[in-house]
Amino acid sequence: MATTLSFDASSDPILQRRREIQGVATASLKRRKVYSKIAVAVCWAFLGIAIIPLVAVVAYVVIKGLPAWNPDFFTHVTTPEGIAGGGVWNAIVGTAEIGIIATGVAVPLGLSCGLFLAESEGKVAGAVRFTADVMTGVPSITIGIFGYIAIVKNFGYSGLAGAFAIGIVMLPVIVRAGETAFRGVPPTLSEAALALGARKSVIARRVVVPAALPGVITGVLLAVARGLGETAPLLLTVFGNQYMQWNPTKPMNALTLVIFENSSQPYADLIQVAWGAALLLMVVVLVLSIGSRVTAAVLRREKR
Amino acid sequence: MRRGRRFGLSNRAYWGLLVGMAAVFVALVVWYLVSIVVQARPAFSTLGFSWIFSKVWDPTHGRFGLLPFILGTFETTAIALVLAVPIGLGTAIALAHLVPDRLRPPLSTAVELLAAVPSVVYGLWGLIVLAPVFRSTVEPFLSSVLGWTGLFNGPSDGVGLLLAGVILFVMVLPTMVAISRDVLAVVPVEQVEGALALGATKWQVLRKVVVPGARTGILGGFTLAMGRALGETVAVALVIGNSPFIAHSVKAPAATLASLIVNNFGEATGTELAALFGAALVLLVIGISVNALARVLVKSTVRGGAASVAVA
Repeated sequence: MATTLSFDASSDPILQRRREIQGVATASLKRRKVYSKIAVAVCWAFLGIAIIPLVAVVAYVVIKGLPAWNPDFFTHVTTPEGIAGGGVWNAIVGTAEIGIIATGVAVPLGLSCGLFLAESEGKVAGAVRFTADVMTGVPSITIGIFGYIAIVKNFGYSGLAGAFAIGIVMLPVIVRAGETAFRGVPPTLSEAALALGARKSVIARRVVVPAALPGVITGVLLAVARGLGETAPLLLTVFGNQYMQWNPTKPMNALTLVIFENSSQPYADLIQVAWGAALLLMVVVLVLSIGSRVTAAVLRREKR
Repeated sequence: MRRGRRFGLSNRAYWGLLVGMAAVFVALVVWYLVSIVVQARPAFSTLGFSWIFSKVWDPTHGRFGLLPFILGTFETTAIALVLAVPIGLGTAIALAHLVPDRLRPPLSTAVELLAAVPSVVYGLWGLIVLAPVFRSTVEPFLSSVLGWTGLFNGPSDGVGLLLAGVILFVMVLPTMVAISRDVLAVVPVEQVEGALALGATKWQVLRKVVVPGARTGILGGFTLAMGRALGETVAVALVIGNSPFIAHSVKAPAATLASLIVNNFGEATGTELAALFGAALVLLVIGISVNALARVLVKSTVRGGAASVAVA
């Protein structure tokens, strides 16, 4: 019996259908690949667009700020418009004093709250945590308003009022960073100390805080960097001062205030000082941010 | 045998100390909220409630409408977000999944450092560098190309809504990118590899797997950036032109709630001062709502971890 095995591949309906499907699949793959290429290219383009202004800000501050940096800039006080050769010494002193006072108060208070949050569960802790979370995002000008109502209305404009407002800006950041750092400490460490008969306060001081130190330092320095960069709360609380003022119970000047006041003046020398102050502020903030990372990394390595 | 002296506070005293400190913190926050409400009350009692949405701000005639400033606040934020949402998302995707591994840590660090640059520096840059460029080039160009929309009428001053929005965009971009990148990077590798094994292209993986997985976190980051833009004071006050009228053009000078407060606070007395406290209260309500929303959204994606630190 002879079987006809002739098989006409080009006209077989099943193969025909299969070829069609393959054609569609190839076309679709090509199209998908093209889409993918375009979309990825758009992402790269957006990355480029994002980098341009950010690099431009940093570059302008460095290029325009460096010429302002001369010995007078760091040693003389600010001058009113028209008088050449002013510096920002009084603003440096003001920012430093306000920063130190605010940090000195906010760090112990904030870290205690962080420890409280790390060691407790339940509704009360949840409420405190939510308060801290929301406080990190409230407009800083409203904190300046609070400083005005709470301190300035009773005692007048002063560096201390500014430190109060800046401290409140820093507090929630320290609380949350502290909590995160304390929670990262392995419970076995404190359980071991507990088994040795140590009291909770001793465990906190000798075990939990040292173990959490890298995270704590990072959080605190970030909070300080943020506090020093604030302008709006200071405008309503320390007011600004042309003259040298060491006494924090009197109106003081601050670097951010110098930048804000000078930048809207039509005098080139004042704007020059503003760029110099911006560069100084940016360097301080960057040193704090980078310093916090480096310190944390070094401390972590020592632990291992 | 006598027990050795025990060091440190008793457990009860230690716990009391912690609870006390937390109580101080909460008390400060309550004091802050209550004092603003109390100081704003005279404005509500003398002007009624409708003053918030009244159009005219004219202190010499006792008119203290906040509507122009509320609109200005939302308009500048809207301009910032229109630019920041696509560009921020694209940048975050590129940083999390497209940039070569070796470049990723330095670029990510750079973004986080930029997030720490004080806002007044952005304001200074906007006023001195960007405003002249906007006046001479960008705004005339936009008017000629998009003039038919009617959004770009009027003179090109440089300062105004558009510049304020652009400065806010540059300012919130690092924060937004840092948060989005964190949540995009934690999408499980198995899902990405699974999609790739099924023949998905790179973009299909990003669009169908990576971005949906990080969706709520990204949304939270955007809302946080929005909160920052709404409440930003000095950068906006420097570049918005400070006009108490409702802007009829994107190029027109305007004012926001925050810039209104900071510009008028020095001379204000009586009802005007109360109205400024009222403006602070409105701003606070807007800010807290946006932030609470953002916290809830971010929390549902990542619990603790890198994102919450970046947010702080």
